[in-house]
Amino acid sequence: MKYLAEFSDPDLAKKLVDQIHATVTKPWAMMEVCGGQTHTIVRHGIDQLLPDGVEMIHGPGCPVCVTPLEIIDKALEIASQPGVIFCSFGDMLRVPGSGRDLFRIKSEGGDVRVVYSPLDALKIAKDNPDKQVVFFGIGFETTAPPNAMTVYQAKRLGLPNFSLLVSHVRVPPAIAAIMQSPDCRVQAFLAAGHVCSVMGISEYPELAAKYKVPIVVTGFEPLDILAGILRTVTQLERGEYVVENAYRRAVRDEGNPAAKEMLADVFETTDRAWRGIGMIPQSGWRLSPRYREYDAEYRFQVRDIATEESTICRSGEVLQGQIKPHECEAFGTLCTPRNPLGATMVSSEGACAAYYLYRRLQTPAPETASKTASKASEAVSSVG
Amino acid sequence: MLPDPALPPTSEAQPPNFDGWTCPLPLRDYPTIVMGHGGGGQLSGELIEHLFVPAFSNPLLEGLTDSAVVTLGGARLAFSTDSFVVQPLFFPGGSIGDLAVNGTVNDLAMSGAQPAYLSCGFILEEGVELSVVGRIAKDLGTAAERAGVTIATGDTKVVDTGHGDGVYINTAGIGLVREGVDIRPQRAVPGDVVIVSGMIGVHGIAIMSVREGISFGTEVTSDCAPLNGLVDAMLDATLDLHVLRDPTRGGVATSLNEIAKTAGVGVELVERDLPIPETVANACAFLGLDPLYVANEGKLLAIVAPEDADQVLAAIRAHPLGADAAIIGECVEAHPGMVVTKTTFGATRVVDTPIGEQLPRIC
Amino acid sequence: MEIRDEDDTRMGKVDFGGVIKDVCLAYLPDLQVGEYTIVHVGFALQRLDEESAMQSLELYRQLGALEEEFGDHWGIAARQAGERRPPGTEETLR
Repeated sequence: MKYLAEFSDPDLAKKLVDQIHATVTKPWAMMEVCGGQTHTIVRHGIDQLLPDGVEMIHGPGCPVCVTPLEIIDKALEIASQPGVIFCSFGDMLRVPGSGRDLFRIKSEGGDVRVVYSPLDALKIAKDNPDKQVVFFGIGFETTAPPNAMTVYQAKRLGLPNFSLLVSHVRVPPAIAAIMQSPDCRVQAFLAAGHVCSVMGISEYPELAAKYKVPIVVTGFEPLDILAGILRTVTQLERGEYVVENAYRRAVRDEGNPAAKEMLADVFETTDRAWRGIGMIPQSGWRLSPRYREYDAEYRFQVRDIATEESTICRSGEVLQGQIKPHECEAFGTLCTPRNPLGATMVSSEGACAAYYLYRRLQTPAPETASKTASKASEAVSSVG
Repeated sequence: MLPDPALPPTSEAQPPNFDGWTCPLPLRDYPTIVMGHGGGGQLSGELIEHLFVPAFSNPLLEGLTDSAVVTLGGARLAFSTDSFVVQPLFFPGGSIGDLAVNGTVNDLAMSGAQPAYLSCGFILEEGVELSVVGRIAKDLGTAAERAGVTIATGDTKVVDTGHGDGVYINTAGIGLVREGVDIRPQRAVPGDVVIVSGMIGVHGIAIMSVREGISFGTEVTSDCAPLNGLVDAMLDATLDLHVLRDPTRGGVATSLNEIAKTAGVGVELVERDLPIPETVANACAFLGLDPLYVANEGKLLAIVAPEDADQVLAAIRAHPLGADAAIIGECVEAHPGMVVTKTTFGATRVVDTPIGEQLPRIC
Repeated sequence: MEIRDEDDTRMGKVDFGGVIKDVCLAYLPDLQVGEYTIVHVGFALQRLDEESAMQSLELYRQLGALEEEFGDHWGIAARQAGERRPPGTEETLR
């Protein structure tokens, strides 16, 4: 693929890594916001190449993982109704709600289908006029325009049997929430490149100024990540905190005007709970009143389903780098990759899941456990 | 505090050890079968380990190999069975008929056997066109001829509309194991070399391209092929092959994890040495999949002693199915039961067994 | 590749290094055949600026080859490219 191999070149990566080592004089903790970036970091082991003391805190940027339990329970309820075809992105199927997941619903006779694109769900609705077709619309600002298009088209083409179960989340309010937390250790952010491809960068200068944190818009290939880290540590070492765009080939200052226009028409901002983290004000999108008839929560009367999240899970603190995964009481006992309680255990790249896997790779002696543990979340990688 | 005399003393010498712990409740998470139980990952493994093996309990099953090696009337026979439920029935480079022959032929070949006879059972759904069944039967015949095996017995059942997915096929097969051959996962030892016989991920991506409606500028066709000829050529190079495995469902990663666990060794791969076609790499990047977990139907993994590695590699490369063979890693003493890979940037990543099926990632 | 309208929606075939997929182009109404684009879940979301990509790669290649410190490399490259700093960057906050 064009610019895929070029931005994965090991020789250029080495130059960037060397430059990072030459730049860093102090320990720094920075957060990559997007799950796609976390994937690249663990897939290539980039965190292991950084100077000691430079810590990557994996952010809450996996949309599947942060989708609140309550919405998943609503999805499970809708998907198990007869006459419903429930369409979802593939990795959502394995995320458990209260005791069940979509795989289970499928095994009990529910018509649950994995789609690659939201338009596939729209096509299923066209082809099955006698069925109710529901698409599980999750994701950040990147996935929101494609999902918005389905509702826009359903209205335009007159597809009364299509609806959207919406749980969209937005990056800037999450950054603000992380910085407002009293024990926050995050000193800089690698902002999510493709979110900025859509939204532009206008929301970030205010955040950088208010919380005095460098924010570097960063892409997804290994060289992009390393360049983002280099520009971040350069700012940190100089005591600067500005917004930089290290992903110019895909991010323009203004974003994508056509997509933003569609978002403004189809969605409106709302408070949203994040799994394992809690409510973040104005951090979500829901369908605007103009499209309410396509809102699956109204159509299937699941609005009164309310689920309390586990109070034991401390993934919010893990996400902010305040505690290490093993310091959570539920870690490895009540909470495992097979039965996750929070976002950081749901994703195979989440800090807790990665740490869980690492324990098997190298079981530390008990007296050095906590020392090793602190290294673990930096050094561990897993894909699976 | 004094110990409570009513309670037995706690054992201080033995800290809790979770490594050997198996769950007392079989299939703890799902009360029903889910698709993941057939995905070749952790769920499949647990179903076999906790439900089937205890029910059938006998020493032959404990090796959990692709085919069992039994002695009957003085002959060492490999014996195996496999079922085929692929959709679509016809895909670029093959059909369910080709898979049904090659799947069982390859399971037998992975014990070092020369496959001889196959059985073939059809489960047909009411309403399937005869011409479809005819094409599949023809493919079975052609594939059997290519592999040099005879379909010696068969069976047909028909189920009501909606109770099957067109055509299901089961095949079983037997073959003779050469004198002096002992191929099984337990024989992998630290220092052994891991070889793959060619480009990985091709079959899975060919199937996926039909399901996901993607096409390729250059044709990607399934690598479905019988491997018994290739194994023969390898055995001519040395009879002392330690482990063979065809990395079908769950791909190279799952097969190597199974071997690592069974043999109690670690496996260390070198990412840059993995032979992955560019189109497969691009399709995987695009679909959010990892080529290490994508199915193959005409490739094998061989684990051999380091002194035999060059000879075996040369024998594989000299065979028409093995031109792109490569050494991709080695067995190590560290982290027994786990597979890791050295990334192109020199870091280390754990390559775990997937829980169920691999799912496309959206982020 | 090719661009067409389907139900009045702009669609096109996009080639991902040999993998060809139908993609919705509604959000890039002026994308032309031959241009590169960022695609997410079947939608083209932003055109890929080849000149910026080349500049980034060239910048990485020069790392360590020059004596100035890295931060200045960005500055040099930016000036060479004649590009403007995004609003709210160091000029306003330093």
